[in-house]
Amino acid sequence: MASVRRFSALPGFRLAMGYTLVYLTLIVLIPLSSVGAKAFTLGWDAFWAAVSSPRVVASYQLSFGASLLAAGINVVFGLVFAWVLVRYRFPGKGLVDALVDLPFALPTAVAGIALATIYAENGPVGSLLKPHGIEIAYTPNGVLLALVFIGLPFVVRTVQPVLADLEQEVEEAAAGLGASRWQTFLKVILPHVTPALLTGFALAFARAVGEYGSVIFIAGNVPMVSEITPLMIITKLEQYDYAGATAVASVMLVLSFVLLLVINVLQGWTLNRNGKGA
Amino acid sequence: MSATVSLQPGTAERYETAATREPLWIKVVLIGVALAFFAVFLLLPLASVFAEALKKGWGAYLAALTHEDAWAAIKLTLLTAAIAVPLNLVFGVAAAWAIAKFRFPGKQFLITLIDLPFSVSPVISGLIYVLIFGAQGWFGPWLAEHDVKILFAVPGIVLATVFVTFPFVARELIPLMEAQGTEEEEAAVVLGASGWQTFRHTTLPNIKWGLLYGVILCNARAMGEFGAVSVVSGHIRGQTNTMPLHVEILYNEYNYAAAFAVASLLALLALVTLGLKALVERQTRRQHQESISGEHS
Repeated sequence: MASVRRFSALPGFRLAMGYTLVYLTLIVLIPLSSVGAKAFTLGWDAFWAAVSSPRVVASYQLSFGASLLAAGINVVFGLVFAWVLVRYRFPGKGLVDALVDLPFALPTAVAGIALATIYAENGPVGSLLKPHGIEIAYTPNGVLLALVFIGLPFVVRTVQPVLADLEQEVEEAAAGLGASRWQTFLKVILPHVTPALLTGFALAFARAVGEYGSVIFIAGNVPMVSEITPLMIITKLEQYDYAGATAVASVMLVLSFVLLLVINVLQGWTLNRNGKGA
Repeated sequence: MSATVSLQPGTAERYETAATREPLWIKVVLIGVALAFFAVFLLLPLASVFAEALKKGWGAYLAALTHEDAWAAIKLTLLTAAIAVPLNLVFGVAAAWAIAKFRFPGKQFLITLIDLPFSVSPVISGLIYVLIFGAQGWFGPWLAEHDVKILFAVPGIVLATVFVTFPFVARELIPLMEAQGTEEEEAAVVLGASGWQTFRHTTLPNIKWGLLYGVILCNARAMGEFGAVSVVSGHIRGQTNTMPLHVEILYNEYNYAAAFAVASLLALLALVTLGLKALVERQTRRQHQESISGEHS
């Protein structure tokens, strides 16, 4: 503690730090460790049987595939949103800017039933798509749609400040050296926002893999077809298969921690880039 | 830069138009794409919540909201938020004080640990309390012996909500307080202020908007959490149903108008949250500009 005092004359470090560590341990670390503790009591065979059953594997494919695709779609449209909000003026811009965060603020169950109703066969959009042979609700398409909804703000809010920071002189210099607008975008602007785009992608993907509320209403939850991995955990819990639920949860937790690590590295990269750019 | 522009206004303007502006049609297409995406993905779901809620008229809407099960759900949601938000507020301030105002090894690691609940699936956030307090869990047998109910009861719902809303206040305050440094607080301490006085009169006025923002986000999530609460609640009508869970039950019973009526309250909460967020952001910008102009004058 003495070494800490040297850096700051302010009081309250021990109290604040002590409280932080105790509260963090009680609320987050001990509860989370229960998953690991339970998973280790299973034995390898039981663990492997639970995490590799065909129905669970099908849920990984859907959860990971749809989350990757949704995060990719979010990168494209998120960049368009961020670009339009930073660079252009148009009527309703303030409203758009404020409502981009709607997926953060709207409870997931509300988003879920709203999307399911809109894209159901008899819903306002679903009924228009049905004659063209496009079905969204109660298919894997519905899962994708819900994940696109939930992930959009992650990309927009990560890219927006980075795009705003890019100084116009840089683009003018590129143009002055003879670059076309498209070349300037590809060679100057895009590299500048790439770390932010990747961070947004990782954040959206991480959220999408674990997402539950907004997906289950529109997914239809057909075994082997439209069951997401978090639903598999719930299903196992409802069957009192705590061991199986924990095994699948531990697979998801490991993935979450890896993603958290990746996101930390990417955010460091974004900050460095901006530090150099300024 | 400004000198160049004033010397050659015509050139600069033409230069800017040609070099750093897109052709009009690209601009129109991009705005069109953004607005179409906005309308379909954000506006339509929001509008449909209210449209579906009022489909059977105001009478049915009000009846759905004043139903005793709906009331019980509203009360439980308010109670849960009233416990979870203050707990995480106190934690957020303490954590931000320790992390932003002092230097110590492992700081970045501590911040990552605080962020953990954000990267865990809501379903797992509920599962952990089943593993601890459930019949086969760590404390399950002991709790059953002493007739204490945590899982499938209100304490479990509160605990799961505290877990999922854990990082909100801390993660708003840490970067804000780090950016503000420690000079003002050190001056207050040198002038003889106590620790509490320093915080109350020096730190708090500087962080009040960030604090409010964190509380708003924390509250929105606390009231709207679905996955984690769903796992630990047990879905007992009138007793362990929060508003989002009540929405689910009504929806699964094909009682759509009532489901959307309760959902519309949650959607209003989301709109209020976004409105307050916009307000707080404007205040923060103003405070920032005032501090800049204050430094210059």
